[in-house]
Amino acid sequence: MFGQSSVRKQPAAPPSTERILSWGRYPKVAHRYVHQPAWNDQVPEILAAAAPGSLLPYGLGRSYGDSCLNAGRELIDCRRLNRLLGFDESTGVLRCESGVSLADILDVFLPKGWFLPVTPGTSFVTVGGAIANDVHGKNHHCAGTFGSHVRQIALHRSDGDLIFCSSEENPDMLRATIGGLGLTGVIAWADIQLKRVAGPWIDAELVPFHSLHSFLDLSRESDGRFEYTVAWLDCFAGKNPRGVFFRGNHATDRGREFRHRRGPKLPFALPAWMLNRYSVKAFNTAYYALHAAKRGAGVVAYDSFFYPLDSIRQWNLLYGKQGFLQYQCVIPEANLEAFEELLDRIAHSGMGSFLGVLKQFGSAAPAGMLSFPRPGLTIALDFAMRGERTLKLMQSLDEVVRQSGGALYPAKDARMSPALFDVSFPRWRAFVPYIDPKMSSSFWRRVTGAQE
Amino acid sequence: MTITTQSATAHPAVTPAAVMKAPAMKKVIILGASSGIALEVQRLLARRGCELLLVARSPRRLAEIQADLLVRGARGAMTHSADLASVQQHADILDFARRLFPDFDTVLLAYGSMHDQKDSESSVDILLEELQIDFVSATAILTLFAADLERRGAGCLAAITSVAGDRGRRSNYVYGSAKGGLSLFLQGLRSRLYPAGVRVITIKPGPVRTPMTDHMHNAARFADPEQVARDIVRALERRSPDVLYTPRIWRYVMTGVQLVPETIFKRLSF
Repeated sequence: MFGQSSVRKQPAAPPSTERILSWGRYPKVAHRYVHQPAWNDQVPEILAAAAPGSLLPYGLGRSYGDSCLNAGRELIDCRRLNRLLGFDESTGVLRCESGVSLADILDVFLPKGWFLPVTPGTSFVTVGGAIANDVHGKNHHCAGTFGSHVRQIALHRSDGDLIFCSSEENPDMLRATIGGLGLTGVIAWADIQLKRVAGPWIDAELVPFHSLHSFLDLSRESDGRFEYTVAWLDCFAGKNPRGVFFRGNHATDRGREFRHRRGPKLPFALPAWMLNRYSVKAFNTAYYALHAAKRGAGVVAYDSFFYPLDSIRQWNLLYGKQGFLQYQCVIPEANLEAFEELLDRIAHSGMGSFLGVLKQFGSAAPAGMLSFPRPGLTIALDFAMRGERTLKLMQSLDEVVRQSGGALYPAKDARMSPALFDVSFPRWRAFVPYIDPKMSSSFWRRVTGAQE
Repeated sequence: MTITTQSATAHPAVTPAAVMKAPAMKKVIILGASSGIALEVQRLLARRGCELLLVARSPRRLAEIQADLLVRGARGAMTHSADLASVQQHADILDFARRLFPDFDTVLLAYGSMHDQKDSESSVDILLEELQIDFVSATAILTLFAADLERRGAGCLAAITSVAGDRGRRSNYVYGSAKGGLSLFLQGLRSRLYPAGVRVITIKPGPVRTPMTDHMHNAARFADPEQVARDIVRALERRSPDVLYTPRIWRYVMTGVQLVPETIFKRLSF
């Protein structure tokens, strides 16, 4: 083929190592090599040949920080392991390889009346990534996390074994792998419980609110009646934020014909100055006004309800060359003052973002040893990376989170301290024995101080 | 091409192929079913509810592909494990197809091999292996299937060659000559099968991001196999073109490349 243009004088860098970044595009690190197995039968060789602590499975790179990176070491890009291996119509259990994306599953199964048991805010994640981060969605209060719908997995371990993990067989390894950040091995395939739905439509309702208390009232009132709840928050308003509460159920009506939207693509990183407190404030005001005007109920397509940002490809380039950090924490509900304090600090910093997402977690027992969701309020906010200033703000938010007994979400993190990790995930030491000796990640080395 | 019934009667010399409607593609044989491009083509065909016969070397991988395609909606997916590079196994493949997949209407040849050019310069064994896979075995199996389709007077033969076959270049003329030879072969075969109403499609992809090209330094910029597969399936479903460049830009690029005079071209290092 036509690839090898111009004979190179110096040996070329191995392919695809150059552009592996996480979704936040911070930190920018280099990898020594990226393996791209196309078949599960190639994975054992890769594991066997690797040095201890040198590998990490990688999916669609939607983790925001460094949990999907392995600076100076190697990645196993699992995106070609994307086969659907079987589906049981009678039970709704799908067996698929770990690189299958949630978008792909929806493409194949939604027309047949099946939906994901839990879905995060983007469909462009792999099943492996959804398990490794034990992702949650708008139905956490009634369905728990993605991991609680995983019936069985097959896990490649570097000692050459392919081990099966379910509630009957190796249940501990299953609980370690769910939320295990890819450190327990490479998932060969997983059995996922899909759920029946009538079609691609959602009966959605939109309710504006003006304070944290009214958000909580709305949330409590909605939990019993709505399968999906989430809120958008204008974080410039401080303690008494305005926001829009979204809630919905799968619609029974199959009436309309469904067509996929395909939106624009952000072609390059926008200049950093375009996002400043004025432009973002203006955006938030417009967003609020637009949605407050649309208040009420209606039927919407599943993709605009669950994945509003998926229609803008590469929206992460909005934050410019420096990238951005997402701050997602959970704070126990009993500590509402802590939550207010958090919002206050963000408002005073003037560095707030458009995408303040607020959700009340349910009380489901965690599916994994290192699962993030726990009872309380979770908020996710994007901050453009502006160097020291941004990191300082986040450190000050960390204090609030730590004092309130909350936690930060590893999938979103690029900078939490080992101390904060230790108090938010006290079981991490019990998790260590399950780590595959050939696996490591930038995140793991950072939060545990592990060097090897 | 639209030819009315009237003009067809007015010119009885016009062959059946010209008046024949584009046949609905239903039963497709894929030679090299585990190649990066074939995997994507098969998924699109599965979505359309096609029946497939998949030929590749590894039974284990074939089983995985088969499962995937069935879940994705293929009406049927049969597998046959064989080493396509070995001409001795070809009769078996045709025999299997005739017995268990008798009314196939399309054959897509999708396998190939690309060594580092430097290796085929220093090792005649590697050179011959490359020619064996990309040219000798490919023309051999196409000849077998051509005879079968010719006898039936219908169907479609498609083969993936490469834009690299359009001009010999310093950096990969061995692969290029094998694929170029295959392109010429298909050109002649097309003309031979035209009267019988059998369509022959030459598929010339530019560089595509597949396991075959992973070792190349600029692989990240290559075309997406999914996009290439969409073009291929569209070409299989329609009645044109005879030669498909995919992504389409390569038709223009290669026209330009072919226009460069040899005295200049020989000095170029790409």
